[in-house]
Amino acid sequence: MEPVTTTSYIVLGIALFMLLNSAALAVYAERRVAAFIQNRWGPNRVGPYGLFQPIADVVKLLLKEDVTPARGFKTIHAIAPMIPVFTALMTVAVIPFGDGLYATDINSGVLYILAINSLGVYGITLGGWASNSKYSLLGGLRAAAQMISYELPMGLAVASCILFAGSLSFIDVVNSQEVWWNVIRNPIAAVIFIVTAFAEANRTPFDLPEAEHELVGGYHTEYSSMKFGMFFLAEYMHVVVGSMLITTFFFGGYHLPFAGLWLPEMGVTAKAILDVSVFVLKTVFFAFLFIWVRWTIPRFKYNQVMKLGWKRLLPISIFNFLGLAVIVYFWHHYIA
Amino acid sequence: MFENYLPIAILAGVAVVLAILLMTLSRVLGPYRPNKTKLDPYESGMDPVGDAANRYSISFYLVAIAFIVFDVEVVFVYPWAVSYLDFGPGTLVSMIIFILELYVGLIYLIKKGALDWDLKKGMFN
Amino acid sequence: MITYIFVFLAVLAVASALAMVISKNTVNSALFLVLNMVSLAGLFLLLKAQFLAVIQILVYAGAIMVLFLFVIMLLNVEDEESLFSRFRVKYFVAFLVGIAVFSQLLYSIGSFSEMLPEVAPEMTEAGTVEAVGEVLYSQYLLPFHIIALLLTAAVNGALMIAQHKIKPGASND
Repeated sequence: MEPVTTTSYIVLGIALFMLLNSAALAVYAERRVAAFIQNRWGPNRVGPYGLFQPIADVVKLLLKEDVTPARGFKTIHAIAPMIPVFTALMTVAVIPFGDGLYATDINSGVLYILAINSLGVYGITLGGWASNSKYSLLGGLRAAAQMISYELPMGLAVASCILFAGSLSFIDVVNSQEVWWNVIRNPIAAVIFIVTAFAEANRTPFDLPEAEHELVGGYHTEYSSMKFGMFFLAEYMHVVVGSMLITTFFFGGYHLPFAGLWLPEMGVTAKAILDVSVFVLKTVFFAFLFIWVRWTIPRFKYNQVMKLGWKRLLPISIFNFLGLAVIVYFWHHYIA
Repeated sequence: MFENYLPIAILAGVAVVLAILLMTLSRVLGPYRPNKTKLDPYESGMDPVGDAANRYSISFYLVAIAFIVFDVEVVFVYPWAVSYLDFGPGTLVSMIIFILELYVGLIYLIKKGALDWDLKKGMFN
Repeated sequence: MITYIFVFLAVLAVASALAMVISKNTVNSALFLVLNMVSLAGLFLLLKAQFLAVIQILVYAGAIMVLFLFVIMLLNVEDEESLFSRFRVKYFVAFLVGIAVFSQLLYSIGSFSEMLPEVAPEMTEAGTVEAVGEVLYSQYLLPFHIIALLLTAAVNGALMIAQHKIKPGASND
């Protein structure tokens, strides 16, 4: 494990600040991209190009009435929206943004991410249950079943990256991709991971928990004011975090393609600037992919979601993992 | 070792404080004028009928059980994936057997129709 | 410092376990159990079992408790006559503050600084994923395979229970 230094705390602070801002920015980007795809303008009145729209949205949400349904369970109704925000924020601690630019490096960093991610189910499920409304409860149940189903292929896809890294520390995962990105060595798992990242973030085509035409608002039907806003912000934070994880696991983290072969030695500052901008650019691209897919692909039916998760992705990820393990093992011991 | 977990603990504290702050802020700033209709559960404008807690499909329960089983499988895979290159080929074979054993369970679930959510095909319809 | 964290986590674990038993709303019980699991993970971490701490959260808090919650939500358990007439935020905050104060009291009264035995420095190595994998896939290979059989049996058992047909004569409610 790499030691924690003062840089780590600075990185932690900046990362936290940027994640909070990026959620607001993602909301703006979503509306602008959607408008572009649908050939209309989108928000363009508040500030230059409508850039201050997210601030106006947050202020509006803060000034709205906070309604708790009379039959609901007040405490859990209040705790539920905090959980997704909490889990989204907790992930930035272990992601490396550049060479030596990380908040901390722990021995089971990859499993830590999966563990934190698995706690995210509670927010939506409890929110649905505590509202004590039929639409909410059904939305919460659907969300929970969907999220736990897609955690398994996600776990196995990540495990097949560990085969190359030989460690659960994020630093090693990224450094193992200095020459060959995992998406080149392991393309099937990359596709599986991207699909499951969509499902975990409850984004279209997997936004069954909030399917408007069946469930009104899904799990947040009974939420208003900033409580709703927190579910909303958490969704976009999960988009950003999901993009960061896709980048880190499969697209080389902060490394340029085949960087180990051609990238010359650089000063510390130049390297840090290059690393962070490469990482941010990749993250922005995948966040754009999330938005692009949302406005392009229609929503699945629930039986299709479960069928895809259990009967397609899970077997494929199992055999991908096994096949890759055998190939890498024999390559390592008998050829290389 | 512990200092590696300190940033995580700090982050957890900051995240909790931030979440509570956002929530109380809207409590303080927003108006509060409740009335009966506003506090009723939303049912498309009709008067709410019955309680939300109803009987739901048992498939949800089966999915959760199957999830636990395969989650444990995934957890077992990780320590192996970290150091499998140091082991002999015997460990590789035994991991393949382990995963295939559990795969038999998955096939059984699928063949029994426990994971079918289609209206006609599922085992509970 | 570590002693203080230990006392805090230990008291939190015991108190949340007690609260789990006492509280009569089943969902609250389940959530207290989650709190208990998380504080246990913290205790594992204090023993330098890093891998186990993460697994505790991943499997127990993230998987098993979700099943519990599912079953509770599906079963339509009536909210029983509660010990506290109604569970409120202030009780929960009071609960946490109480634990903090109580553990501080324990800490200061009993001069606990010498109480904890020193965890051996080698444990830092023994608690890592690599070390666990090394032992699990050489020395404990047989139990590992028995686990696979057990898990398959669990799948079949769950299916059997879910499949159980109600006799035609019996009441269906």
